[in-house]
Amino acid sequence: MPDKSSEQGKTTNLSEADRKVVAGIQSGLPLVSRPYAEIGKAIGMPESEVIERVAGLLKRGLIKRMGVIVRHHELGYRANAMVVWNIPDEKVSELGQCMGCFEFVTLCYRRPRRLPDWPYNLFTMIHGRNREEVLDKLAFLVRRCHLQDITHDILFSRRRFKQRGAVYQPVLEKFSSV
Amino acid sequence: MGRQRQKKDRDRQTRLEHHLLNDFQHGLSLSPTPFADMAEVLGVSENEVLTTLQQKKQEGVISRVGAVFRPNGVGASTLAAMAVDKNEIERIAEIINGFDAVNHNYEREHEYNLWFVLTAENEQALAEVIKEIEQQCGYEVMSLPMLEDFHIDLGFDIKWT
Repeated sequence: MPDKSSEQGKTTNLSEADRKVVAGIQSGLPLVSRPYAEIGKAIGMPESEVIERVAGLLKRGLIKRMGVIVRHHELGYRANAMVVWNIPDEKVSELGQCMGCFEFVTLCYRRPRRLPDWPYNLFTMIHGRNREEVLDKLAFLVRRCHLQDITHDILFSRRRFKQRGAVYQPVLEKFSSV
Repeated sequence: MGRQRQKKDRDRQTRLEHHLLNDFQHGLSLSPTPFADMAEVLGVSENEVLTTLQQKKQEGVISRVGAVFRPNGVGASTLAAMAVDKNEIERIAEIINGFDAVNHNYEREHEYNLWFVLTAENEQALAEVIKEIEQQCGYEVMSLPMLEDFHIDLGFDIKWT
């Protein structure tokens, strides 16, 4: 199997036109009947090309999904824990894939260790209505992926100081307030 | 309008909201009229879909309708952590929030108590932001960029009960 990890970590070179599309859609589609036409107007591109390029970004996996993006907290999921794991390198891929397929695990990333301060190399995010629900889900995960012998730490969130979509490209004037 | 009719309308609106929030977290149609397509699936008008989505966005339940980008796919990003003196955490968080590159910033229960996500156009811009944050905050940043993504993102199944 090719080394997926090095490829995933790398930043992709985007064409100028794709960059424009990313800038146009990164803060969300305008909630109007023809959103791609409106984005196209702002970035000087026909509606059909905007759609084609979005489809291309999806196909290449640069966009993971297109849809309604909800805020967990506002939906009553008030507890969230970043659960971090110290997994032997040779097992991280197998266990990561196991954890990543559960719907209640909303993130599952391998990240570098920073020894000696930080030994953990796999990060998962678990949301729940309260701490107990998060811990129940975690226990379920440990059983299902056989993680009993893996050291982990649970970092519950205390306060949210900021949450918004990422800004990859300089924000276009026209969309900055949409 | 009778009371029963009002209740029926309210129930219908609630059902519509639940479907809009739960059923369309991925697979948004790539047609020129994605909201009309949603309306057709749900058997409501396009206008109802748009109005409801606008309202949910205003309430903050929806952050946006659109794309989730793969981390490091279209720009450079990293998860950053800081171990901040408890008495200083609000002041430091505020400084961090002031940076455009920061999109999430949480206090967490750990010695590393401030966790934020940084996104920039490329690696170099990202490194510069980290340096700037360290200088302004007076704390070292532990940067943990994603190396591999194991998550199949199909959204989140909301339980309404």
